[in-house]
Amino acid sequence: MSAARPSFRLFLRSTGAVFLKDLRSELRTRYAVSALIMFVVTTISIILFSLGSEGASPDALSGMLWVVVFFAAMSGLSRTFVMEEERGTTLTLQLLAPPGAVFFGKLLFNLVLVTGVNAVTVVLYSAFINGFVIRTMSIFVVTVLLGSIGFAAAATVIAAIIARANTRGTLYPVLSFPIVLPLLLSVIDATRMASEGAFFGEAAGEFQLLISYIVVVIVSSAMLFEYIWKD
Amino acid sequence: MNPGLRIAGKDLRKEFDRRPVFRDVSFSASAGETLLVTGRNGSGKSTLVKIICGVLSPGGGTLTVTQDQDGPVREARNLFGLVSPYLQLFDEFSAVENLSIAMGIRGLPFDPAAADGLLERVAIYPRRHDPVRTYSSGMKQRAKYAFALIHTPPVLVLDEPMSNLDGDGTAVVRAVMAEQRRRGILVVATNDMSDIETYDGRIDLNERR
Repeated sequence: MSAARPSFRLFLRSTGAVFLKDLRSELRTRYAVSALIMFVVTTISIILFSLGSEGASPDALSGMLWVVVFFAAMSGLSRTFVMEEERGTTLTLQLLAPPGAVFFGKLLFNLVLVTGVNAVTVVLYSAFINGFVIRTMSIFVVTVLLGSIGFAAAATVIAAIIARANTRGTLYPVLSFPIVLPLLLSVIDATRMASEGAFFGEAAGEFQLLISYIVVVIVSSAMLFEYIWKD
Repeated sequence: MNPGLRIAGKDLRKEFDRRPVFRDVSFSASAGETLLVTGRNGSGKSTLVKIICGVLSPGGGTLTVTQDQDGPVREARNLFGLVSPYLQLFDEFSAVENLSIAMGIRGLPFDPAAADGLLERVAIYPRRHDPVRTYSSGMKQRAKYAFALIHTPPVLVLDEPMSNLDGDGTAVVRAVMAEQRRRGILVVATNDMSDIETYDGRIDLNERR
Protein backbone atom coordinates (compact mmCIF):
# COMPACT_ATOMS: atom_id res chain seq x y z
CA MET A 1 0.00 0.00 0.00
CA SER A 2 1.53 3.32 -0.96
CA ALA A 3 1.07 5.92 1.75
CA ALA A 4 3.13 8.19 3.95
CA ARG A 5 5.62 6.60 6.37
CA PRO A 6 4.38 6.99 9.94
CA SER A 7 6.16 9.81 11.72
CA PHE A 8 7.90 9.03 14.99
CA ARG A 9 5.89 11.59 16.95
CA LEU A 10 2.63 10.06 15.73
CA PHE A 11 3.97 6.62 16.63
CA LEU A 12 4.74 7.78 20.19
CA ARG A 13 1.29 9.35 20.47
CA SER A 14 -0.35 6.08 19.38
CA THR A 15 1.84 4.07 21.77
CA GLY A 16 0.89 6.34 24.68
CA ALA A 17 -2.80 6.11 23.78
CA VAL A 18 -2.71 2.28 23.67
CA PHE A 19 -1.00 2.28 27.09
CA LEU A 20 -3.54 4.72 28.56
CA LYS A 21 -6.45 2.74 27.11
CA ASP A 22 -5.19 -0.44 28.80
CA LEU A 23 -4.44 1.38 32.06
CA ARG A 24 -7.92 2.96 32.21
CA SER A 25 -9.49 -0.37 31.31
CA GLU A 26 -7.55 -2.12 34.07
CA LEU A 27 -8.42 0.55 36.65
CA ARG A 28 -12.07 0.09 35.69
CA THR A 29 -12.23 -3.72 35.51
CA ARG A 30 -9.23 -4.81 37.68
CA TYR A 31 -9.07 -8.17 35.85
CA ALA A 32 -5.29 -8.55 35.79
CA VAL A 33 -4.50 -6.87 39.14
CA SER A 34 -7.04 -9.01 41.01
CA ALA A 35 -5.70 -12.24 39.45
CA LEU A 36 -2.08 -11.28 40.16
CA ILE A 37 -2.55 -10.13 43.76
CA MET A 38 -4.69 -13.16 44.66
CA PHE A 39 -2.07 -15.44 43.15
CA VAL A 40 0.76 -13.76 45.09
CA VAL A 41 -1.10 -13.89 48.41
CA THR A 42 -2.12 -17.54 47.91
CA THR A 43 1.36 -18.69 46.89
CA ILE A 44 3.15 -16.87 49.72
CA SER A 45 0.64 -18.35 52.19
CA ILE A 46 1.36 -21.87 50.89
CA ILE A 47 5.14 -21.32 51.19
CA LEU A 48 4.63 -19.94 54.70
CA PHE A 49 2.58 -22.96 55.80
CA SER A 50 5.03 -25.38 54.15
CA LEU A 51 8.10 -23.93 55.86
CA GLY A 52 6.43 -23.44 59.23
CA SER A 53 8.96 -22.29 61.78
CA GLU A 54 11.84 -23.93 59.91
CA GLY A 55 14.14 -21.77 57.83
CA ALA A 56 15.55 -22.47 54.39
CA SER A 57 18.86 -21.61 52.73
CA PRO A 58 19.26 -18.22 50.96
CA ASP A 59 19.51 -20.17 47.68
CA ALA A 60 16.14 -21.85 48.22
CA LEU A 61 14.43 -18.67 49.44
CA SER A 62 15.74 -16.65 46.47
CA GLY A 63 14.49 -19.34 44.11
CA MET A 64 11.07 -19.47 45.77
CA LEU A 65 10.65 -15.68 45.48
CA TRP A 66 11.10 -15.86 41.71
CA VAL A 67 8.85 -18.92 41.43
CA VAL A 68 6.09 -16.75 42.93
CA VAL A 69 6.93 -13.89 40.55
CA PHE A 70 7.07 -16.21 37.49
CA PHE A 71 3.71 -17.88 38.06
CA ALA A 72 2.04 -14.62 39.12
CA ALA A 73 3.29 -12.98 35.92
CA MET A 74 2.11 -15.95 33.87
CA SER A 75 -1.36 -15.78 35.42
CA GLY A 76 -1.90 -12.06 34.78
CA LEU A 77 0.25 -10.64 32.01
CA SER A 78 -1.39 -12.56 29.17
CA ARG A 79 -4.66 -10.71 29.85
CA THR A 80 -3.58 -7.69 27.85
CA PHE A 81 -3.82 -9.57 24.53
CA VAL A 82 -6.20 -12.39 25.51
CA MET A 83 -8.83 -9.83 26.58
CA GLU A 84 -8.68 -8.10 23.19
CA GLU A 85 -9.11 -11.47 21.45
CA GLU A 86 -11.96 -12.61 23.73
CA ARG A 87 -13.88 -9.34 23.37
CA GLY A 88 -13.29 -9.15 19.62
CA THR A 89 -11.41 -5.84 19.83
CA THR A 90 -8.22 -7.16 18.19
CA LEU A 91 -9.51 -6.01 14.79
CA THR A 92 -10.44 -2.63 16.27
CA LEU A 93 -6.87 -2.11 17.47
CA GLN A 94 -5.47 -3.37 14.15
CA LEU A 95 -7.55 -0.76 12.41
CA LEU A 96 -6.52 2.09 14.71
CA ALA A 97 -2.82 1.60 15.48
CA PRO A 98 0.38 0.54 13.74
CA PRO A 99 1.59 -2.86 15.07
CA GLY A 100 4.64 -1.33 16.77
CA ALA A 101 2.49 1.10 18.74
CA VAL A 102 0.31 -1.78 19.97
CA PHE A 103 3.38 -3.78 21.02
CA PHE A 104 5.10 -0.95 22.88
CA GLY A 105 1.85 0.32 24.41
CA LYS A 106 1.06 -3.14 25.78
CA LEU A 107 4.69 -3.66 26.84
CA LEU A 108 4.53 -0.41 28.82
CA PHE A 109 1.28 -1.48 30.46
CA ASN A 110 2.68 -4.92 31.37
CA LEU A 111 5.81 -3.25 32.73
CA VAL A 112 3.79 -1.00 35.06
CA LEU A 113 1.65 -3.97 36.11
CA VAL A 114 4.53 -6.38 36.77
CA THR A 115 6.64 -3.73 38.56
CA GLY A 116 3.73 -2.95 40.88
CA VAL A 117 2.97 -6.60 41.53
CA ASN A 118 6.65 -7.42 42.08
CA ALA A 119 6.89 -4.59 44.62
CA VAL A 120 3.90 -6.06 46.52
CA THR A 121 5.37 -9.58 46.23
CA VAL A 122 8.77 -8.50 47.58
CA VAL A 123 7.23 -6.61 50.50
CA LEU A 124 4.94 -9.53 51.47
CA TYR A 125 7.69 -12.12 50.94
CA SER A 126 10.22 -10.15 53.04
CA ALA A 127 7.65 -9.55 55.77
CA PHE A 128 6.32 -13.09 56.11
CA ILE A 129 9.00 -15.53 54.98
CA ASN A 130 11.30 -16.38 57.86
CA GLY A 131 15.02 -16.08 57.02
CA PHE A 132 14.68 -14.04 53.82
CA VAL A 133 17.04 -11.15 54.53
CA ILE A 134 18.48 -8.74 51.98
CA ARG A 135 21.96 -7.57 52.95
CA THR A 136 22.84 -5.64 49.75
CA MET A 137 19.75 -3.61 48.94
CA SER A 138 21.25 -1.99 45.79
CA ILE A 139 21.75 -5.40 44.13
CA PHE A 140 18.22 -6.46 45.07
CA VAL A 141 16.53 -3.27 43.80
CA VAL A 142 18.37 -3.41 40.44
CA THR A 143 17.58 -7.14 40.15
CA VAL A 144 13.86 -6.61 40.78
CA LEU A 145 13.75 -3.71 38.30
CA LEU A 146 15.63 -5.54 35.53
CA GLY A 147 13.69 -8.75 36.28
CA SER A 148 10.40 -6.85 35.96
CA ILE A 149 11.41 -5.37 32.59
CA GLY A 150 12.58 -8.79 31.38
CA PHE A 151 9.37 -10.52 32.48
CA ALA A 152 7.19 -7.80 30.92
CA ALA A 153 9.12 -7.99 27.60
CA ALA A 154 8.93 -11.79 27.35
CA ALA A 155 5.35 -11.99 28.60
CA THR A 156 4.09 -9.39 26.13
CA VAL A 157 5.27 -11.11 22.98
CA ILE A 158 4.30 -14.59 24.24
CA ALA A 159 0.83 -13.26 25.12
CA ALA A 160 0.47 -11.91 21.58
CA ILE A 161 1.31 -15.37 20.20
CA ILE A 162 -0.91 -17.43 22.50
CA ALA A 163 -3.88 -15.04 22.23
CA ARG A 164 -4.49 -16.53 18.77
CA ALA A 165 -4.38 -20.14 20.05
CA ASN A 166 -7.39 -22.12 21.29
CA THR A 167 -5.49 -23.60 24.25
CA ARG A 168 -4.24 -20.25 25.50
CA GLY A 169 -4.59 -21.01 29.24
CA THR A 170 -2.28 -24.00 29.28
CA LEU A 171 0.00 -22.87 26.50
CA TYR A 172 1.18 -19.68 28.21
CA PRO A 173 3.35 -21.04 31.06
CA VAL A 174 4.58 -23.92 28.87
CA LEU A 175 5.72 -21.60 26.07
CA SER A 176 7.05 -19.02 28.52
CA PHE A 177 9.29 -21.30 30.57
CA PRO A 178 12.09 -21.90 28.03
CA ILE A 179 12.03 -18.24 27.00
CA VAL A 180 12.28 -16.82 30.52
CA LEU A 181 14.66 -19.52 31.82
CA PRO A 182 17.86 -17.43 31.23
CA LEU A 183 16.15 -14.52 32.97
CA LEU A 184 15.07 -16.68 35.91
CA LEU A 185 18.56 -18.13 36.40
CA SER A 186 20.11 -14.65 36.44
CA VAL A 187 17.61 -13.03 38.81
CA ILE A 188 17.77 -16.00 41.21
CA ASP A 189 21.56 -15.79 41.26
CA ALA A 190 21.56 -12.00 41.76
CA THR A 191 18.96 -12.28 44.55
CA ARG A 192 21.12 -14.90 46.29
CA MET A 193 24.09 -12.47 46.09
CA ALA A 194 21.93 -9.70 47.58
CA SER A 195 20.89 -11.93 50.48
CA GLU A 196 24.47 -13.07 51.08
CA GLY A 197 25.74 -9.47 51.27
CA ALA A 198 27.91 -9.45 48.12
CA PHE A 199 29.38 -6.17 46.85
CA PHE A 200 27.47 -4.43 44.05
CA GLY A 201 30.32 -5.00 41.55
CA GLU A 202 30.13 -8.77 42.08
CA ALA A 203 26.66 -8.81 40.53
CA ALA A 204 27.77 -6.86 37.44
CA GLY A 205 27.94 -10.03 35.33
CA GLU A 206 24.33 -10.90 36.16
CA PHE A 207 23.20 -7.36 35.38
CA GLN A 208 24.98 -7.44 32.00
CA LEU A 209 23.22 -10.71 31.22
CA LEU A 210 19.84 -9.29 32.25
CA ILE A 211 20.32 -6.12 30.17
CA SER A 212 21.39 -8.21 27.15
CA TYR A 213 18.35 -10.45 27.61
CA ILE A 214 16.01 -7.43 27.75
CA VAL A 215 17.54 -5.83 24.64
CA VAL A 216 17.43 -9.07 22.62
CA VAL A 217 13.85 -9.91 23.61
CA ILE A 218 12.48 -6.38 22.98
CA VAL A 219 14.28 -5.89 19.64
CA SER A 220 13.39 -9.34 18.27
CA SER A 221 9.79 -9.03 19.53
CA ALA A 222 9.37 -5.61 17.91
CA MET A 223 10.66 -7.05 14.62
CA LEU A 224 8.41 -10.13 14.74
CA PHE A 225 5.32 -8.51 16.16
CA GLU A 226 3.82 -7.30 12.87
CA TYR A 227 3.70 -10.89 11.57
CA ILE A 228 2.13 -12.18 14.80
CA TRP A 229 -0.35 -9.33 14.95
CA LYS A 230 -1.53 -8.89 11.40
CA ASP A 231 -2.43 -12.38 10.18
CA MET B 1 -13.58 16.02 -1.37
CA ASN B 2 -10.20 14.47 -2.21
CA PRO B 3 -9.92 14.72 -6.01
CA GLY B 4 -6.68 12.70 -6.20
CA LEU B 5 -7.89 9.89 -3.94
CA ARG B 6 -7.91 6.43 -5.51
CA ILE B 7 -7.86 2.82 -4.31
CA ALA B 8 -7.04 -0.01 -6.67
CA GLY B 9 -6.69 -3.76 -6.20
CA LYS B 10 -4.96 -5.89 -8.82
CA ASP B 11 -5.19 -9.68 -8.99
CA LEU B 12 -5.87 -9.97 -5.27
CA ARG B 13 -6.19 -13.45 -3.86
CA LYS B 14 -6.49 -14.94 -0.39
CA GLU B 15 -6.38 -18.41 1.04
CA PHE B 16 -6.68 -19.76 4.57
CA ASP B 17 -4.81 -23.00 5.33
CA ARG B 18 -4.31 -23.51 1.58
CA ARG B 19 -8.08 -23.27 1.01
CA PRO B 20 -8.67 -20.54 -1.57
CA VAL B 21 -11.21 -17.90 -0.57
CA PHE B 22 -11.04 -15.82 -3.76
CA ARG B 23 -8.59 -15.08 -6.56
CA ASP B 24 -8.02 -12.61 -9.42
CA VAL B 25 -9.95 -9.79 -7.76
CA SER B 26 -9.25 -6.46 -9.44
CA PHE B 27 -11.04 -3.16 -8.93
CA SER B 28 -10.50 0.55 -8.67
CA ALA B 29 -12.44 3.47 -7.25
CA SER B 30 -11.71 7.20 -7.20
CA ALA B 31 -13.11 10.03 -5.12
CA GLY B 32 -16.86 10.35 -5.55
CA GLU B 33 -17.26 6.71 -6.58
CA THR B 34 -18.94 3.78 -4.87
CA LEU B 35 -18.04 0.12 -4.95
CA LEU B 36 -20.33 -2.80 -4.13
CA VAL B 37 -18.90 -6.16 -2.96
CA THR B 38 -21.33 -9.06 -3.27
CA GLY B 39 -21.13 -12.83 -2.89
CA ARG B 40 -22.82 -15.64 -1.05
CA ASN B 41 -21.93 -16.53 2.55
CA GLY B 42 -18.29 -17.67 2.77
CA SER B 43 -17.33 -16.08 -0.55
CA GLY B 44 -14.84 -13.77 1.20
CA LYS B 45 -16.66 -10.41 1.38
CA SER B 46 -15.44 -9.69 4.90
CA THR B 47 -11.96 -10.98 4.04
CA LEU B 48 -11.76 -8.58 1.09
CA VAL B 49 -13.03 -5.74 3.29
CA LYS B 50 -10.25 -6.42 5.81
CA ILE B 51 -7.66 -6.47 3.02
CA ILE B 52 -8.94 -3.14 1.66
CA CYS B 53 -8.70 -1.60 5.16
CA GLY B 54 -5.13 -2.90 5.53
CA VAL B 55 -5.73 -5.14 8.55
CA LEU B 56 -5.20 -8.38 6.61
CA SER B 57 -2.47 -9.12 4.07
CA PRO B 58 -3.53 -10.51 0.70
CA GLY B 59 -2.12 -13.88 -0.32
CA GLY B 60 -1.09 -12.28 -3.62
CA GLY B 61 -1.73 -9.25 -5.80
CA THR B 62 -1.38 -5.61 -4.90
CA LEU B 63 -3.53 -3.01 -3.22
CA THR B 64 -2.65 0.62 -3.90
CA VAL B 65 -4.02 3.68 -2.15
CA THR B 66 -3.17 7.03 -3.71
CA GLN B 67 -3.87 10.22 -1.83
CA ASP B 68 -4.60 13.68 -3.11
CA GLN B 69 -1.14 15.24 -3.40
CA ASP B 70 -2.47 18.79 -2.89
CA GLY B 71 -4.18 18.04 0.43
CA PRO B 72 -2.79 16.91 3.79
CA VAL B 73 -1.19 13.43 3.61
CA ARG B 74 -2.66 10.97 6.12
CA GLU B 75 -1.28 7.80 7.65
CA ALA B 76 -2.55 4.84 5.60
CA ARG B 77 -4.65 3.49 8.47
CA ASN B 78 -6.31 6.88 8.99
CA LEU B 79 -7.69 6.86 5.45
CA PHE B 80 -10.27 4.22 6.30
CA GLY B 81 -13.38 4.02 8.43
CA LEU B 82 -14.96 0.60 8.90
CA VAL B 83 -18.35 -0.52 10.15
CA SER B 84 -18.95 -4.26 10.36
CA PRO B 85 -20.68 -6.81 12.59
CA TYR B 86 -17.32 -8.28 13.69
CA LEU B 87 -15.75 -4.93 14.64
CA GLN B 88 -16.30 -4.43 18.37
CA LEU B 89 -16.01 -1.27 20.47
CA PHE B 90 -14.23 -1.25 23.85
CA ASP B 91 -17.34 -2.07 25.85
CA GLU B 92 -16.13 -1.06 29.33
CA PHE B 93 -15.94 2.51 28.01
CA SER B 94 -18.74 4.87 27.00
CA ALA B 95 -19.40 5.95 23.41
CA VAL B 96 -17.65 9.31 24.00
CA GLU B 97 -14.67 7.56 25.57
CA ASN B 98 -14.49 5.14 22.64
CA LEU B 99 -14.32 8.06 20.21
CA SER B 100 -11.66 9.78 22.32
CA ILE B 101 -9.64 6.54 22.57
CA ALA B 102 -9.92 5.97 18.81
CA MET B 103 -8.64 9.45 17.99
CA GLY B 104 -5.83 9.11 20.56
CA ILE B 105 -4.65 5.79 19.14
CA ARG B 106 -4.90 7.16 15.61
CA GLY B 107 -2.64 9.99 16.80
CA LEU B 108 -5.23 12.64 15.90
CA PRO B 109 -6.63 15.45 18.09
CA PHE B 110 -10.01 14.74 19.69
CA ASP B 111 -12.75 17.34 19.26
CA PRO B 112 -15.49 16.79 21.90
CA ALA B 113 -17.95 19.03 19.99
CA ALA B 114 -17.49 16.98 16.81
CA ALA B 115 -17.97 13.77 18.83
CA ASP B 116 -21.18 15.10 20.39
CA GLY B 117 -22.44 16.12 16.94
CA LEU B 118 -21.79 12.63 15.56
CA LEU B 119 -23.41 10.90 18.53
CA GLU B 120 -26.44 13.16 18.16
CA ARG B 121 -26.61 12.30 14.47
CA VAL B 122 -26.65 8.55 15.16
CA ALA B 123 -29.17 9.14 17.98
CA ILE B 124 -27.25 7.82 20.98
CA TYR B 125 -26.39 11.24 22.43
CA PRO B 126 -28.59 10.80 25.56
CA ARG B 127 -26.69 7.56 26.39
CA ARG B 128 -23.24 8.85 25.37
CA HIS B 129 -21.74 8.48 28.87
CA ASP B 130 -23.06 4.94 29.50
CA PRO B 131 -20.70 1.98 29.00
CA VAL B 132 -21.12 0.44 25.53
CA ARG B 133 -21.78 -2.98 27.13
CA THR B 134 -25.15 -1.63 28.33
CA TYR B 135 -26.26 -0.75 24.76
CA SER B 136 -28.65 -2.82 22.66
CA SER B 137 -27.26 -4.38 19.47
CA GLY B 138 -28.88 -1.60 17.40
CA MET B 139 -27.31 1.10 19.58
CA LYS B 140 -23.93 -0.60 19.29
CA GLN B 141 -24.28 -0.54 15.51
CA ARG B 142 -25.08 3.18 15.63
CA ALA B 143 -22.06 3.78 17.90
CA LYS B 144 -19.90 1.96 15.35
CA TYR B 145 -20.89 4.56 12.74
CA ALA B 146 -19.73 7.37 15.04
CA PHE B 147 -16.50 5.39 15.67
CA ALA B 148 -15.91 4.99 11.92
CA LEU B 149 -16.68 8.62 11.05
CA ILE B 150 -14.98 10.53 13.88
CA HIS B 151 -11.78 11.04 11.84
CA THR B 152 -13.75 11.90 8.65
CA PRO B 153 -12.18 9.08 6.61
CA PRO B 154 -11.76 9.59 2.86
CA VAL B 155 -12.65 5.89 2.37
CA LEU B 156 -15.67 4.50 4.24
CA VAL B 157 -16.05 0.72 4.19
CA LEU B 158 -19.35 -0.79 5.32
CA ASP B 159 -19.81 -4.53 5.78
CA GLU B 160 -23.51 -5.41 6.06
CA PRO B 161 -24.30 -1.75 6.85
CA MET B 162 -27.94 -2.20 7.89
CA SER B 163 -27.54 -5.11 10.32
CA ASN B 164 -29.37 -4.66 13.66
CA LEU B 165 -30.79 -1.27 12.64
CA ASP B 166 -34.42 -0.14 12.86
CA GLY B 167 -36.15 2.21 10.39
CA ASP B 168 -34.62 5.36 11.88
CA GLY B 169 -31.17 3.78 11.97
CA THR B 170 -31.48 2.75 8.33
CA ALA B 171 -32.36 6.34 7.40
CA VAL B 172 -29.28 7.63 9.26
CA VAL B 173 -27.06 5.15 7.42
CA ARG B 174 -28.51 6.12 4.04
CA ALA B 175 -27.69 9.77 4.84
CA VAL B 176 -24.14 8.82 5.88
CA MET B 177 -23.67 6.87 2.64
CA ALA B 178 -24.96 9.77 0.54
CA GLU B 179 -22.56 12.15 2.28
CA GLN B 180 -19.61 9.79 1.80
CA ARG B 181 -20.35 9.57 -1.94
CA ARG B 182 -19.79 13.33 -2.09
CA ARG B 183 -16.75 13.32 0.21
CA GLY B 184 -14.66 10.36 -0.91
CA ILE B 185 -14.97 6.66 -1.67
CA LEU B 186 -17.70 4.35 -0.36
CA VAL B 187 -17.23 0.58 -0.33
CA VAL B 188 -20.21 -1.57 0.70
CA ALA B 189 -20.17 -5.34 1.19
CA THR B 190 -23.66 -6.79 1.34
CA ASN B 191 -26.10 -9.28 -0.11
CA ASP B 192 -28.82 -6.65 -0.23
CA MET B 193 -29.24 -5.95 -3.96
CA SER B 194 -31.98 -3.33 -3.57
CA ASP B 195 -29.83 -0.33 -4.60
CA ILE B 196 -27.43 -2.16 -6.90
CA GLU B 197 -27.89 0.30 -9.77
CA THR B 198 -26.69 3.23 -7.64
CA TYR B 199 -23.12 1.85 -7.32
CA ASP B 200 -20.36 2.78 -9.79
CA GLY B 201 -18.60 -0.58 -9.64
CA ARG B 202 -19.29 -4.10 -8.40
CA ILE B 203 -17.08 -7.00 -7.31
CA ASP B 204 -19.00 -10.27 -7.45
CA LEU B 205 -16.96 -12.75 -5.39
CA ASN B 206 -19.11 -15.69 -6.55
CA GLU B 207 -17.17 -15.46 -9.82
CA ARG B 208 -13.74 -15.31 -8.14
CA ARG B 209 -13.25 -18.68 -6.51
